[in-house]
Amino acid sequence: MSDLGHVLVLAGGLSYEREVSLSSGRRVTDALASLGVEVELVDIDAQLLPRLLQDPPSAVFLAVHGIEGEDGGLRDALDLSGVPYVGATGSAARLAFDKPVAKAIVGRAGVHTPPSVALQHAAFRDLGGPALLERVVERLGLPLVVKPARGGSALGVTVVREAAELPAAMVGCYSYDGVALLERHIAGVELAVSVVDDGSGPVALPAVEIEALSGTFDYASRYTAGMTEYHVPARLSPELAAAAGAAAVLAHQALGLRDLSRTDLIVSAEGTIEYLETNVAPGMTTTSLLPLAAAAAGIELGSLCRDLLHRAAVRGFSAPGAPL
Amino acid sequence: MDMSGGSRLDPYVDRYAARTHGMTTSEIRALFAVANRPEIIGMGGGSPCVSALPLDVIGEMTARLITDHGAQALQYMGGQGDERLRELICGVMALEGISASADDVIVTVGSQQALDVVSRIFLDPGDVVIAEAPSYVGALGTFTQYQADVVHVTMDDAGLVPEALRAAIADVARSGRRAKFVYTVPNYHNPAGITLIEQRRDEIVAICAEAGLLILEDNPYGLLGFDGPPLPALRARVADGIIYLGSFSKTFAAGVRVGWVLAPPGVKEKLIMASEATTLCPVALSQYVVAEFLAHYPWQEQVKVFRELYRARRDACLEALEGSFPAGSSWTRPAGGFYVWVTLPEGIDAKAMLPRAIQGRVAYVPGVGFYSDGQGRRNLRLAYSLPEPDRIREGIRRLAGVLAEELDIVATFGGGG
Repeated sequence: MSDLGHVLVLAGGLSYEREVSLSSGRRVTDALASLGVEVELVDIDAQLLPRLLQDPPSAVFLAVHGIEGEDGGLRDALDLSGVPYVGATGSAARLAFDKPVAKAIVGRAGVHTPPSVALQHAAFRDLGGPALLERVVERLGLPLVVKPARGGSALGVTVVREAAELPAAMVGCYSYDGVALLERHIAGVELAVSVVDDGSGPVALPAVEIEALSGTFDYASRYTAGMTEYHVPARLSPELAAAAGAAAVLAHQALGLRDLSRTDLIVSAEGTIEYLETNVAPGMTTTSLLPLAAAAAGIELGSLCRDLLHRAAVRGFSAPGAPL
Repeated sequence: MDMSGGSRLDPYVDRYAARTHGMTTSEIRALFAVANRPEIIGMGGGSPCVSALPLDVIGEMTARLITDHGAQALQYMGGQGDERLRELICGVMALEGISASADDVIVTVGSQQALDVVSRIFLDPGDVVIAEAPSYVGALGTFTQYQADVVHVTMDDAGLVPEALRAAIADVARSGRRAKFVYTVPNYHNPAGITLIEQRRDEIVAICAEAGLLILEDNPYGLLGFDGPPLPALRARVADGIIYLGSFSKTFAAGVRVGWVLAPPGVKEKLIMASEATTLCPVALSQYVVAEFLAHYPWQEQVKVFRELYRARRDACLEALEGSFPAGSSWTRPAGGFYVWVTLPEGIDAKAMLPRAIQGRVAYVPGVGFYSDGQGRRNLRLAYSLPEPDRIREGIRRLAGVLAEELDIVATFGGGG
């Protein structure tokens, strides 16, 4: 039996990624249970905080994706409740979850990121939607990727190849979030690089190369086995593979993250590594990228989660709103 | 795990049948996973209000059934279904003017299994099914699984339009394809909430007979009309050429999964064999429960309870829509059943708006799922069957707010495309 004590895996909630989150949570729970950890999967609702106070777990693993799990609010609530958890603090998660903010921070740290603008709906309304879109297309060119500033699993994301497709893409994007990120589309090799810190500093796992057979790594391609070809390690030169790993570690550090993260990158046709985004609660489903990378590195998912929970339990909870 | 050579994470990916190619997960499925949470006012799924059933009575009845007849109720039975239940089903159908023999009834696992077995015995890949526009999404899914093409026919407020049906039949014939049947939900249509008026029923039957087309009459809501006795079914007019599907999901309980098919004799034999190949037999315990309920409980009184309950919810839904939805919207006014079909103002895409609605804590089903040809972007289905009237009013109020925001966004981008 593990000496970890009773731990909880939090999943579900009301985010758009509820289903993915429950799937991640079940997988992590099963992996921990198979190692003898006393673990329970808990759906996020109004009963959570009273329960944490009544029967505090030794630590919590967050498998909650989307706004509920990654915008920092739940993490702050855990800190307020005195419950240690795996992963970034609320403050750091908030920065990483906001793609335009994360791009600015990681870009400033020295990693290339595709040119983009982040615009609230009000900007388009006040300045004239079609006119402002025209400027965006002029400056960033086509194709463009339109994505919600905050969100995951490619929900609300559209690759726009013709200007005429932009209005519908904008409407679809704003349905998910109040800020749209319009980013120059970079053709190249899509990578997901997971970073794990077991206490001796953040280390990049082998990069996962993503080849969506439909051409777009959308929601269906992510969660329907068979629709995407994954290569682990990625088919990159040793130099590029090392550079991708270094970029992911740099992003992890620049954003002030803890324990684990997953950074999505593109290697452009010119061989430049371009930063797209970082996830502070990476997916753990059977088609998710961090577990694939861990397996390629010979790390068993249950052991990884158990070790991170140990680390969180020893670290204890943070002061709410603690600096990065 | 060595994945350097590439992996699609599904070692069976090259072995699936061609018909599985469309089976992918989707954003809509992800959103519906949230919609089922109690914080969200769910007007998406057409769930019956089973809490209005006498659950204590059904509990005692089921316990007694198992104690007294467990050896039969927990055993396999014939593939056609329990004879006593089939006789009782004939009594149910008689309320809609159908005269039938229990011999021609096959009990199925909900009428969804009936759709499956009917499709299996009739549809070859490339065959055409003619169906209303819009049409029940579960039926479209089944037809698609059998690789049939669906040709939609316009409905108006009086139901399927006879001239449009004639034109569709002629078009299909001209294209060299073979239409096998017309699929219709004549009463309190899912999703449109429309009822085929009496004056058109004979004509629809005649058009199909003349064209040599079977009619697949799907009638789960027929006894749930708010304004008088049920309309005589299409099958009440003629026995040949009509396959009739019934269900206890809406008049008793969806969870028992008991439906039935009434089919012409030759068809019936094939349906029994197809059904046996799927399930061996319909669920024995469920059949015993339904039969006991029909035989010993004043079930028609229970249907009246449901009718009054759904009428109050329909009224709440329509009043709230009237009071809060913007100009440019319209909706149907169902005289029974579970659904209101809403047409949104120009430029609004109900599927694109769904995340905003979920964020606003209200859920509906976007219209595109009820068509096989991409229509329905401006439409959504509201189910008023499950939430209490106050929740319905609140749900519509929330949805009106969501719609106002969406209209603002769409206006910003010149109509939203």
